[in-house]
Amino acid sequence: MTDQAKRALIHMLGVTKVYGKGEAEVRALAGIDLRVDEGEMIAIMGQSGSGKSTCMNIVGCLDAPTSGTYLFRNVNVGELDNNQRALLRRHYIGFVFQGFNLLARTSAQENVELPLVYRRVPAAQRREKAKAALQLVGLAGRESHKPNELSGGQQQRVAIARALASDPSLLLADEPTGNLDSARSAEVMELLVQLNRERGITVMVITHEPEMAEFCQRTVEFRDGRILSDTRKPS
Amino acid sequence: MITATIIMALREIRRNLMRSSLTMLGVVIGVGAVVALVSIGRGATESVTASIASMGHNMLTISPGAARRGGARTPSTPFKMEDVTAIQNDIRGLAAIAPTGSRSLMLVYGNKNWRASVTGTNEDYVRVRNYAVAYGREMSAADVRSGRAVCMLGATTKKELFGSQDAIGESIRVDKISCEVIAVLKPKGEGGMGQDQDDLVIMPLLTFQRRIAGNRDVSTIYVSVDEGRPSSLVKDQITSLMREKRRTARGAEDDFNVRDMAELMATMESTTTALTALLGAIAAVSLIVGGIGIMNIMLVSVTERTREIGTRLAIGATGKEVLMQFLVEAVMLSTLGGCIGVVLGVGGAGIASKYLNIPFVVVPEIIMVAFLFSATIGVVFGFLPARKAANLNPIEALRHE
Ligand SMILES: Nc1ncnc2c1ncn2[C@@H]1O[C@H](COP(=O)(O)OP(=O)(O)OP(=O)(O)O)[C@@H](O)[C@H]1O
Ligand SMILES: [Mg+2]
Repeated sequence: MTDQAKRALIHMLGVTKVYGKGEAEVRALAGIDLRVDEGEMIAIMGQSGSGKSTCMNIVGCLDAPTSGTYLFRNVNVGELDNNQRALLRRHYIGFVFQGFNLLARTSAQENVELPLVYRRVPAAQRREKAKAALQLVGLAGRESHKPNELSGGQQQRVAIARALASDPSLLLADEPTGNLDSARSAEVMELLVQLNRERGITVMVITHEPEMAEFCQRTVEFRDGRILSDTRKPS
Repeated sequence: MITATIIMALREIRRNLMRSSLTMLGVVIGVGAVVALVSIGRGATESVTASIASMGHNMLTISPGAARRGGARTPSTPFKMEDVTAIQNDIRGLAAIAPTGSRSLMLVYGNKNWRASVTGTNEDYVRVRNYAVAYGREMSAADVRSGRAVCMLGATTKKELFGSQDAIGESIRVDKISCEVIAVLKPKGEGGMGQDQDDLVIMPLLTFQRRIAGNRDVSTIYVSVDEGRPSSLVKDQITSLMREKRRTARGAEDDFNVRDMAELMATMESTTTALTALLGAIAAVSLIVGGIGIMNIMLVSVTERTREIGTRLAIGATGKEVLMQFLVEAVMLSTLGGCIGVVLGVGGAGIASKYLNIPFVVVPEIIMVAFLFSATIGVVFGFLPARKAANLNPIEALRHE
């Protein structure tokens, strides 16, 4: 039991999130209990508006829960201020978004270097790490390309390279394949699986497509701000 | 991190070069105007004081006729030699005194004609009026006493009559008389009112009175005051002496006029200084307008880059770092504009001073002030947009558009 507690990366206990007040109140999360251990790869599914993104924002320390406890690496995130949460994100968490969110008119190389700039990595080392990350996602030789010179799939791979350049413990992806065709989607998912297997990065992916969830050992389904089911594939 | 922030800001400025330049334009014009106007103002002040000083050192001029607004004088009784002797005997602290009679006359040498001001005076005039002999011999006391037909030419007059030819020993015709040129004066340039001080002929007063004017009148008397003696005091003493000599009724206005060059210089100087300050203030207002332009563009930029800010926050930038990024960008814009403004301002002042014929003065403290002011404007007007960026909620920023 103590051994297991040590390995828990994410631990949510009765987490709720309420937007608005009075009449306009929306209970986006109505009590979530979720535990994700280091090295897991987990898919989050559910209907639109079921609270998946809200949950991921809390997991990613972008937001604090309204009530309940959220422990990330045994740190109570609810007690942290904006600044401290920013530092947690900087050092442990990488994000991949549905809309890629690369800096426009900025080369792939520089986009990947960005989180390293905030981690105060020296320029030479930064260049090297970014190059290695781009190579890992199969974009060696495209370092100087700007986002508008890359396809959607390539842009998403740049975004993944950016997320993993800083060696995060946790990689969060909110519908990373939402803007891609099925072949490109499969490539992205395979890449995430590879990162999970080879680097031991914990990966959490939100997706609408069961085929994409198939890539993960564990699938959690949301409905109306609650967890409906939590299934593990027999390995 | 600060270098990375500066590089990031520079890249952002370059990325929107057109917009950045237009934003900077306000500061460029503001700083440029401040620097140029103040430099030109200083140059004008210097040129005015230098030319007044060139008219005569520590000098008083006493001329007949009451002082009138606009400089026009009513004709009145000229001075006599007794007045000059009285000043010489009764007033202490005079270095030199030069009575003059003066007329504009036609000069003839060979086939050349030239009209110039001819002044009859004594041997002290050259010293009082700050002239110097370039070549030839200065008019002596003996020349003056015996009223010889000799003359000294100003540089312009010499050039007009003789060109590059040697003038010493030649005879020129001054009105009806023939006169030997004994000296040519060094050029002095323009006087405080823009007149050419080098277009003149100087001859002994006696010669002038007897053979040209045909009377014994003295018009203007030039007095040089001893170094260290307050010229205003001497001015008052001369005024009361002259009132007495000329029997001016008590309470009546002076029918002569004593002008003090030191006073004139002080007045001119304070006028130009006030004008410079006024111009500087107007230019400073345009600098503030430039700052508001920066704030405007930065606010637009923050809205436009909301998603980028969200991404940076998600990646792990703290609010403080985002604030710094935008603040540095605003400061870079304004200081860059300030640098360009300083260059343009100094250049503009250089060109203007050439056309206005005034000395080109670079005022380092104004350049420093304008530059620091522009940097401050970047901080002040950049702060609001930067804080707006830093306070963005990352989730909402990411979802923007
Ligand atoms: N900032 C907000 N203010 C008010 N309500 C919000 C806010 N963000 C989310 N919600 C509400 O919370 C609920 C859950 O939203 P969430 O974005 O988590 O859904 P989701 O499961 O990610 O849906 P989708 O699959 O469409 O992305 C929704 O009803 C949404 O309207
Ligand atoms: Mg969502």
